[in-house]
Amino acid sequence: MFFLDHIWIIPLLPMLGAALMFFFGRRISKTAVNTICVGVVVLAFLMACGAVWQYTHWAHDGQPYEKIVYTWLGDGSGTYSFPTLLGGRGQFQADAGFLLDPLSSIWLLFVTGIGMLIHIYSTGYMAHEGGYYRFFGYLNLFMFSMLTLILGNNYVMMFVGWEGVGLCSYLLIGFYFKKHSASTAANKAFIVNRIGDAGVLLGTFSIWALAGTVKFTAVNEFVRTNGDKILASPYLATWVMVATLLLFLGACGKSAQLPLYVWLPDAMEGPTPVSALIHAATMVTAGIYMVARSNGLFQLAPASMQVVAVVGALTAIFAATIGLVQNDIKRVLAYSTVSQLGYMFLALGVGAFAAGVFHVFTHAFFKALLFLGSGSVIHAMSGEQDMRFMGGLSKKIRTTFITMFIGTLAIAGIPGLAGFFSKDEILWKTWSVNHGQFRILWIVAFITALMTAFYMFRLITLTFFSKPRMSHEVEHHIHESPKSMTIPLVVLAIGSIFVGYLGVPASLGGSNHFEHFLEPVFAKHAPGATTTHAALGAETHSAVVAGEHAAQQTPGEQAAHGAAEVNKAAEQGTAAPGEVTPAHAAHEIEPLEYILMGASVLAALLGIGLAYRAYKNAGKDYTEPINSVAPPVYNTLFNKYYVDEAYDYLFTGRRSLGPVRLGAQGLGNALWKFDANVIDGGVNGAGWTTKLIGSISNWWDKWIIDGLGVNGPAIIARALSYPTRLIQWGLVQWYALVMVFGLVGFIWYYVVR
Amino acid sequence: MTPVATTFFFYFLSAVAIIGALLTITRRNPVHSALSLIFTLLALAGLYLMLYAPFVAGVQIITYAGGIMVLFLFVIMLINLEKAELEEHFNKQWLVGVLAAGLLGGLFFYVYAKGHTIFPNTWNSLPEQNNTQQIGLWLYQRYMMPFEVASVLLLVAIVGAVVMAKKRI
Amino acid sequence: MAEISTLHYLVVAAALFIIGTIGVLTRRNVVIVLMSIELILNAVNLNLVAFSRLHDLHGQVFSIFIVADAAAEAAVGLGIIIAFFRNKETVNMDEVDLLKW
Repeated sequence: MFFLDHIWIIPLLPMLGAALMFFFGRRISKTAVNTICVGVVVLAFLMACGAVWQYTHWAHDGQPYEKIVYTWLGDGSGTYSFPTLLGGRGQFQADAGFLLDPLSSIWLLFVTGIGMLIHIYSTGYMAHEGGYYRFFGYLNLFMFSMLTLILGNNYVMMFVGWEGVGLCSYLLIGFYFKKHSASTAANKAFIVNRIGDAGVLLGTFSIWALAGTVKFTAVNEFVRTNGDKILASPYLATWVMVATLLLFLGACGKSAQLPLYVWLPDAMEGPTPVSALIHAATMVTAGIYMVARSNGLFQLAPASMQVVAVVGALTAIFAATIGLVQNDIKRVLAYSTVSQLGYMFLALGVGAFAAGVFHVFTHAFFKALLFLGSGSVIHAMSGEQDMRFMGGLSKKIRTTFITMFIGTLAIAGIPGLAGFFSKDEILWKTWSVNHGQFRILWIVAFITALMTAFYMFRLITLTFFSKPRMSHEVEHHIHESPKSMTIPLVVLAIGSIFVGYLGVPASLGGSNHFEHFLEPVFAKHAPGATTTHAALGAETHSAVVAGEHAAQQTPGEQAAHGAAEVNKAAEQGTAAPGEVTPAHAAHEIEPLEYILMGASVLAALLGIGLAYRAYKNAGKDYTEPINSVAPPVYNTLFNKYYVDEAYDYLFTGRRSLGPVRLGAQGLGNALWKFDANVIDGGVNGAGWTTKLIGSISNWWDKWIIDGLGVNGPAIIARALSYPTRLIQWGLVQWYALVMVFGLVGFIWYYVVR
Repeated sequence: MTPVATTFFFYFLSAVAIIGALLTITRRNPVHSALSLIFTLLALAGLYLMLYAPFVAGVQIITYAGGIMVLFLFVIMLINLEKAELEEHFNKQWLVGVLAAGLLGGLFFYVYAKGHTIFPNTWNSLPEQNNTQQIGLWLYQRYMMPFEVASVLLLVAIVGAVVMAKKRI
Repeated sequence: MAEISTLHYLVVAAALFIIGTIGVLTRRNVVIVLMSIELILNAVNLNLVAFSRLHDLHGQVFSIFIVADAAAEAAVGLGIIIAFFRNKETVNMDEVDLLKW
């Protein structure tokens, strides 16, 4: 149990590598960087293998292994408790805990495995680039964040990893930060992701308010015990729907679905290993992981599931149409990623959780392969990424060609390779679930499969098969990549071929180990499901057989099976409606499945054939077939449906509609105007008023107080004195005369009167 | 009852006094005015004698006519008056002045006219032999204070006159 | 002719007073004005002595003081005239109007 007990070391190792790069990276040699950074990831992979191995031996019926390292937020003693929506008491507590169950073990394996291969590849690809230690430091930081995301035992830990991968995505996309387009692409990725993060946070808080906890095991327990209550109450049902939709919003941001996919094509500005690791195999699958982890809640809100399915399907076909006409090799692969992620969400939305996870698993292999292969091609072409200037490389870089060809066949869904099994599983489930509720989406997914085959083979044809269209000096320098790059390609190619056999469905004679492995996580939900499948009892069953037969079994039969596992029921996830699993041997297999399987293979072959025919003879100035048939359609697709421009008009406000500017900049402008005119106007007005009062005071003081009060009497005195002084001539005899007159008057008064 | 000589002398002396006064105020030459004034003063001294006040008469002649008028004449001598003789010797307000004085006089005579019956006709028989002694006694007994004050006044007048008239203090 | 009574003396004194007043108010020469003032004082003296005849010696003593006072006054006045004459070379009173407005 060593590896399980020390499961926290697995994320810690890459963090150690990142920390060492942060502190010492500049001073140490390239070899030392390689040893440390690649070494920690190799160690992490080995430990991950060990942990999963020990887990499979330890766990009964897929019960999750939980290891809590310490209590991080809040405490368990009830200091921070609050009332939940159902009337109980919830705890504000989030541990630094690690959870290993079938779902996270799958992710653990392919994240560390493919991460390891990409680290090895990067030593070759980035050998001549500057900032070598920085690149590996960021890659290690990314590994740490991703591992925290998938190993966390509660939503908060997951969010820590969620944010961390977003940060690393920003750092790595903007790795060539001196290039303006790269730094703006990094900004775009982070900002669009942030919108999703708001959704995740609000969703987490909604779950916290509803269930009183954020631990995955406790939430699943909650859903299991209170599922009926929730479905019965419209208020609670709406609450769950809103919470799940918020989580899905976060998944749209992280996993690049409509409408938040716009960052992924621009993220190709980063180095190719980054595109491979982050934007093909690992980070973008975080959204799928979250939805899969919350499958209990999603199953309580069928409306959310429908939204997930529809969004996934629409994204798939939308991105596929754009990918048909792109010229940058990495852009085609980026849109392909978005399209395939749409497939995965379609699977989750229709209830085929295991199929979706399986597609994640296989997709990681062949998409990483395709990206690394394209990196190899770019390396051979001395940095040229535009397919219009490639061609005829099949003879010159054979290893890259063969591996990429294998990857293309895998993604197109050719039988025998990994992609066929996973994609077909999704298609079948979409058709058959809920008595054909999602058949329209099947048509959408079918057309998308055709388009996927077409554009992938277009890529291969233009790059490897058609006539050389490059300049002569580039042609001279074409060389195969070093071993550090080609070996991971080979490993991934082998994976792309054989990994699919883990999930061979029953219809083709396999036992679908993959799905069985994941049963406990996606076990069916209790009564009240909006589907027509029979409801289960409150205890879920974790046994492999019982899970599949749940639709047909009665509670009584199930209880017999489940008696032994009742104690473990508390730690298991709740059931999912719509989990029809005809993959087991006990079920009857409809012939329709074979027909549909055959149809999708035909579609793939048709796509391949059309692409090969259209492009095999592409010379220096070849024409796009769509352009020659319907140029307006070509232009719309080539300009990505003008979505970025629309976002500029509506949301960022970089472009204005005449005098009006919408979006964030528009709001900023409006607020600035408000602040400058209204608020500052108020301030200025107060100042103006004060000045006015001051001037009135001044006038009052100058004219009234000084004028009337002080100077007034003086002026009056002078005015009165003017005439009065005229009688003072300075002549003494005049004064004497006046005195005599006075005397006369005096005597007159006293004598005569 | 008064003797005839009294009446004659009264009228004669009064006429001299009044004519002298009139001449004083009308002469252009100040020396003539001064001389006229001396006549007036001497006539008044005579009138004092008639009023049984020999000491006052003596004081009048010695001090007034003998001292003050001499002083006047000295000053007239000091100031150059040839130019003044050529100018106007009545000022611009002479008419109004005469009018005012006339009014005053009118009032005086009105008072006299109305109330002359108050004055008794019986004269006091003052002995004229020891008039001076009596005045002397009175001065040093009853009027001791005014006497001393008068001496201080004269001292102040001396100092003042000296200060006024000095060329350089 | 009536008997010479006090009234006669009073009338004479009044006449002298009036003449003196006319002289003060009318003449331009300042020395003459001073002399007119002496006239007024003498008129007052006559009045006092005339009344003193009716009673005892109060009037006479008073008139002596008046004479002393007149002397002092004349001295100071003439000193002023001399001082002023040094400055302005005139003895006309209506040219002495420096203290006017």
